[in-house]
Amino acid sequence: MNRFAPVVSFAAALAAWQLAVWGLHVPSYLVPGPLAIGGAFLADPGGLLRALLATLMVTAASLAAACFAGVLLACAMAANPWARALIKPWAVILQVTPVVAVAPLIVVWVGNPFAAMVLCATIVAFFPVFANTAAGLEAAPPELLDLFRLSGAGRWQEIWLLRLPAALPYFLAGLRVSGGLALVGAVVAEFVTGAGGAASGLAFRILEAGYRLQVPRMFACLALLSAAGLAINAALGAVSSAVLARRS
Amino acid sequence: MLHLENIVRRYPNGVTALEAVDFRIETGDFLVLLGPSGCGKSTLLRLIAGLDQPQQGRLAWDSAPLGPGDIGFVFQDPTLMPWATAAENAALPLRLRGLDPTPAHAMLARVGLAGFETVRPSKLSGGMRMRVSIARALAPRPRLLLMDEPFAALDEFTRHLLQEDLRALAKESGCTTVFVTHSIYEAAFLATRVAVMSPRPGRIAATHGFTEPVGERLDATFAARVAILTQSLAAQRAG
Repeated sequence: MNRFAPVVSFAAALAAWQLAVWGLHVPSYLVPGPLAIGGAFLADPGGLLRALLATLMVTAASLAAACFAGVLLACAMAANPWARALIKPWAVILQVTPVVAVAPLIVVWVGNPFAAMVLCATIVAFFPVFANTAAGLEAAPPELLDLFRLSGAGRWQEIWLLRLPAALPYFLAGLRVSGGLALVGAVVAEFVTGAGGAASGLAFRILEAGYRLQVPRMFACLALLSAAGLAINAALGAVSSAVLARRS
Repeated sequence: MLHLENIVRRYPNGVTALEAVDFRIETGDFLVLLGPSGCGKSTLLRLIAGLDQPQQGRLAWDSAPLGPGDIGFVFQDPTLMPWATAAENAALPLRLRGLDPTPAHAMLARVGLAGFETVRPSKLSGGMRMRVSIARALAPRPRLLLMDEPFAALDEFTRHLLQEDLRALAKESGCTTVFVTHSIYEAAFLATRVAVMSPRPGRIAATHGFTEPVGERLDATFAARVAILTQSLAAQRAG
């Protein structure tokens, strides 16, 4: 029964929304009802789905880059106190600097719009996976660390055979947060870079629809973004559960 | 094998864990460190392992200090890697030194876990996990086995079984064993020598050598050992 509760509540909310729009005679250029939004999507499904795909490509690329950089830097910090002292302040600076503020610079410096958007989204998605992995690498059981020392293990053996496997649940928790942030970062990057054309993402389509006062189409784009966020969260949650179940 | 000379260990908070600890560990000993909780038994074990350093005193080895693989350590908890199988856990010290892991399989069989090689720790009972931990410690054939209250968290039945197995394993392997416990009965059953420690700051208050082997837990030798150790601990409380 609990499995259907979200579906039922979501359907009820949509129905209430539609009834409110009808009952209060709200014009669709202010708040469109779900039926108008569905209609806007059906008017151009190919265009909107292509835009969604473009946004998802930026999301996936930035999530992969954030994972690679986050795990690599967290491992470097675990391996060497000097690296820790060097990396940690920069990671915090990266976390607290609003990507909107640095995005124009990134666009100028990088040049290629896709690469610029991936870099912006990576900055947004980087910190959770980095901070969680770093915390996980520090959370290896002290008795096992003693055992590694007694066996004469090297620093990289300790990281590869003990600290990284111990950090896996932490990494997966960070990955789930970063997955959502990568999507947010991709949308922000699209807004800031203003990358248009045939390969433009959903953010550009929202801007475009806004300029044309096509409010139902804006909502259709938002609905697609919400669905994509839910799908990313669910997919990463499923991957996390499967990986953790497999190793326990 | 090892002479601990006037060892002093103070923690950064000012608490003195060990004060003027002075005793010898002889090759082939099954030495039990017996004392109340918090008397510094585990600290002493970590010093012997080289995992901690004393503020004063020194550890004088008769031969060269023991190197990687010469010391096996069994902790109070089995401390297995939950993502690794029983065989992978038992083979860990060998793998870390780039050695053949086959002895770990044989050692798992020796501790009664043949057929459980591919099972992960979460699927094993507490006693079985401790058996894997013992197999891991013994697989590299260490010269010195250090055990820090390994059976404290187990039920009485499992503890008795493991004590009997450990005594047989120690005899077979011939490795010197230092075993920490606060149980008089465990000390009486396992030890060839018992060092009784005083409450904090820990000192070696008395040592008792037992040459006559214990057969069963209820035999006269066992009862006599329990009486000696009980009196020794009572004397510590009184003094």
